[in-house]
Amino acid sequence: MNKVLIDLKNISKSFDGQMVLDDLNLYIRENEFLTLLGPSGCGKTTTLRILGGFETPDTGTVIFDGRDITQLPPNKRQLNTVFQRYALFTHMTIAENIAFGLKIKNKSKSYIDDKIKYALKLVNLEGYEKRMPDSLSGGQQQRIAIARAIVNEPKVLLLDEPLGALDLKLRQDMQYELIRLKNELGITFIYVTHDQEEALTMSDTIVVMNQGYIQQIGSPEKIYNEPENAFVADFIGDSNIISSTMIEDQLVEILGTRFPCVDTGFGTNKPVDAVIRPEDVILSSPASGRMKGVVTHLIFKGVHYEMEVTANGFEWLVHSTGMFPVGTEVGLDVDPYNIQIMHKPASEDEEAVGVNE
Amino acid sequence: MNKKPVSKKKLLGTPYFIWSVLFIIIPLCMVFYYGLTDKSGAFTLENVLAIALPEHAKALWIALGLSLIATVICLLLAYPLAMILCNKKTGKQSFIVLIFILPMWMNFLLRTLAWQTLLEKTGVINNILGFFHLPPLSIINTPYAIVLGMVYNFLPFMVLPIYNALSKIDSNVINAAKDLGANSFQVFWKVTLPLSIPGIISGITMVFIPALTTFVISKLLGGSKILLIGNVIEEEFTQASNWHLGSGLSIVLMLFIIVNMVLTAVFDKDGEGSFL
Repeated sequence: MNKVLIDLKNISKSFDGQMVLDDLNLYIRENEFLTLLGPSGCGKTTTLRILGGFETPDTGTVIFDGRDITQLPPNKRQLNTVFQRYALFTHMTIAENIAFGLKIKNKSKSYIDDKIKYALKLVNLEGYEKRMPDSLSGGQQQRIAIARAIVNEPKVLLLDEPLGALDLKLRQDMQYELIRLKNELGITFIYVTHDQEEALTMSDTIVVMNQGYIQQIGSPEKIYNEPENAFVADFIGDSNIISSTMIEDQLVEILGTRFPCVDTGFGTNKPVDAVIRPEDVILSSPASGRMKGVVTHLIFKGVHYEMEVTANGFEWLVHSTGMFPVGTEVGLDVDPYNIQIMHKPASEDEEAVGVNE
Repeated sequence: MNKKPVSKKKLLGTPYFIWSVLFIIIPLCMVFYYGLTDKSGAFTLENVLAIALPEHAKALWIALGLSLIATVICLLLAYPLAMILCNKKTGKQSFIVLIFILPMWMNFLLRTLAWQTLLEKTGVINNILGFFHLPPLSIINTPYAIVLGMVYNFLPFMVLPIYNALSKIDSNVINAAKDLGANSFQVFWKVTLPLSIPGIISGITMVFIPALTTFVISKLLGGSKILLIGNVIEEEFTQASNWHLGSGLSIVLMLFIIVNMVLTAVFDKDGEGSFL
């Protein structure tokens, strides 16, 4: 494991009496691609702005490379930001934009010229030196914004929903480009997005946030396969979240039917939430399933069919490559390792605070 | 098919078209007619070239000089003010903007007359100074008073376009400059100022042109000692009844205005781009 580069300790921030971040604790390792993921208003952008120095937390400290930088202004920090909607200097050429930070640091002309060439090559926009930002497409402008940041050789690059304004295809291309860039540069990326697919594709670590609290921290696989609470399960991909009873270790009763599972330690006859991903529901003939149901909706999605199946009074969301027409009686089954058991939240508050470690 | 909506749109423009023909185009033609003819109606450039006469040239130079000084003072006062306005929260902002626009709603003549009363030898200001046994000011009937009147009357026209230009700058562009290591001074010099140039240019135009052509301010605050080109033209029309000379000098003044406007157009087009 790499050493810890950034440590956020007990960060709280409120705007006009509205709590945006409440006692947030988070550390970020060197050379990590960390994504802050959550719906709008969850505090992810505020966290990034605190890192960048554009906001000062009400309480708590920001430790960067062993130094307290909480009160340090943005221009004194060893990190650079790629802003939402590019924020290029429209009165300067592309070369002048990229050179901005280096000129302020009084680098030599030949050094700056080399860096501009290098950066433009890195973002695949060679030969654009003399162009004005307005003459570039959104995707190109975003790449210039990245080039402008990385020529300063920051230890950390902060990215605030940088792909938000781009169309789907371009967004996907840029995702691969960002992963490549990160590997070539070998620096820490802290990425803010509300797009769960983007987060799953690019990150080493995902921090799921909601209402100013961290809901879960983990690798994309862990976040997707083992969500710790209903919010994470619901926010990351589609899922069936069903109120169930844990009969004993490795046995759960879902909608009156008993399913073997792999979770232990929840006690006996305890109410829990079971999370089952739509692609993990196995449809078959009514005779062979553990549960019987009727298909009520069918949509073709390209890679798979999306179906709604009513079984034991619950509308199951099912993704399957096999097609079952509306009205078909089907059998439902789920493999034990595809059932994720979660504690039921005791209250709204616990749902939010419970996993903040 | 397409013609109907277009002609309807044109129809909507008719009242303004009639207005501009009656009150802009016809008077303009008359100015050119009178300016380029003599009393017998024959073509002559004499009225235009009369600007070279010492008393006319002097009035033009004084007008150019004083309006230039007034414009610079307006710019120096307006820019920091516009920046302060931009940084205020919306509620306070509109209140301060109101305070600055309020005088604009009052009659221009009244405002200038008020300054006359304030500045007079036995006026309000000198009475107050006398009360504290301070030496009286003698500003009235000097170029200082004219510049003061110009700045006072035209300052809002400088504040508003600069304020508009500044408030259009994305706060993240400023943040990006800071993020790249620029201190407050560098942010202002390399980003804020260049991005606000279109506002500065239109502010300069909106102050410089009315200041250059004014005759009311110079008449009320300059006595009859300091003649601006506007006063000379006015006198030709009202006292000397020499419409030909008045129009000829007006054409010269118009040339200065046109040059100014062309410069504005050029800078506004490129202003976003390569000015600095």
